[in-house]
Amino acid sequence: MIKQTRLIMGMPIVLMMPDKLVTDKGIEEVFSFFTYVDKTYSPFIDSSVVSRINRGEVGELEYSDELREILAIAKSTKHETNGYFDVWHKGNLDPSGIVKGWAITKASEILGKYTNNFYIEAGGDIQVSGVNEIGDPWQIGIRNPFNRHQNIKVVALKDSAIATSGTAIRGQHIYDPIDNKKLDEVASITVIAPDIIDADRIATAAFAMGTKGIYFIEQLDGYEACAVMHDKTVVMTTGWGQYEIKA
Amino acid sequence: MYKKLAVAGFVIVTFVIYSLHQRSEGSQAVQKVSTSQNNNSQSAASTSTSTAPVASTVNYKDGSYTGKSSDAFYGFVQVRATVANGKLTDITILDYPQDRDNSIAINNTALPQLKQEAIQAQTAQVDGISGATDTSKAFTESLGDALAQAAA
Repeated sequence: MIKQTRLIMGMPIVLMMPDKLVTDKGIEEVFSFFTYVDKTYSPFIDSSVVSRINRGEVGELEYSDELREILAIAKSTKHETNGYFDVWHKGNLDPSGIVKGWAITKASEILGKYTNNFYIEAGGDIQVSGVNEIGDPWQIGIRNPFNRHQNIKVVALKDSAIATSGTAIRGQHIYDPIDNKKLDEVASITVIAPDIIDADRIATAAFAMGTKGIYFIEQLDGYEACAVMHDKTVVMTTGWGQYEIKA
Repeated sequence: MYKKLAVAGFVIVTFVIYSLHQRSEGSQAVQKVSTSQNNNSQSAASTSTSTAPVASTVNYKDGSYTGKSSDAFYGFVQVRATVANGKLTDITILDYPQDRDNSIAINNTALPQLKQEAIQAQTAQVDGISGATDTSKAFTESLGDALAQAAA
């Protein structure tokens, strides 16, 4: 089993490969890619293309094909979620909500050249392929948003992805400005989808929807979710049970 | 030289703030709770009375401090910290992602009743853990900025 963790993009990036088919070169290629993504798309790095766009130094005609690809995913996500997801805020671009999932997907393509069995995580968002060290589907815990040392669900995943969106803000009153409903009833929402780009962007949008988020996912084919509420209950979509491992 | 000192100072302050925030996360004792009429937050507050108050080791100057607006991937989070008697007494969210075109269309009547159950700790061995990182980071940044002003 190969396991390596590096801190990139301000979060731990974890690679696990149960067979030894991935070379050191392959592993370096993955980590270098995350470093490249951070340098290029981080709004916190002055020299990134995102910072340069926000300073008005790069015009739309100069966007790279890669950036156009990312912005196209962002645009369709905004459409699919009725504006609950948007990489443009107050005239500033921050594609982080797409870039994280997109980077994990690209990294999966790199590892996929070497092996069918791997796990890639960037800050709690995970893509798995094949099986784990003992030949089982990858077993993933879902962190209790009220106690970070505890899991409240365990799911078994093969060739799929899982992402969680949530907040540490508690006891606050955050209102949805559109229909003036409380948003803070949901502490976190976890989404399972075949691909991490989808799991990540849909989890982010669903969390912003508050209590409506879990119903939004119920309507989407190929997605399952579980929402942890502030009253310490969990609400699950109808197909969630197919993944869950009961202790 | 001065730059190095400034950087070192910044790192220390950031770490202290981060530690405080982590404590507040771990103990669930978000101090706040101002105008709360929500039963959940009231019970959360009452269960936290046995834990040490956040920021008890740092004395802040009394007043209200508005943190910078921090990016939460899909919008900005901005908080205001209120300090009374040298203690952090209130955290108010001023800004939360708001750039939404319209309400999401969900036909609730066409949906089945979703299963709801009490959360339960799971002890099974896992390969990895999925958890949230996004908004809490922006929250920490904005709060950290507000508290840095309070400590100044």
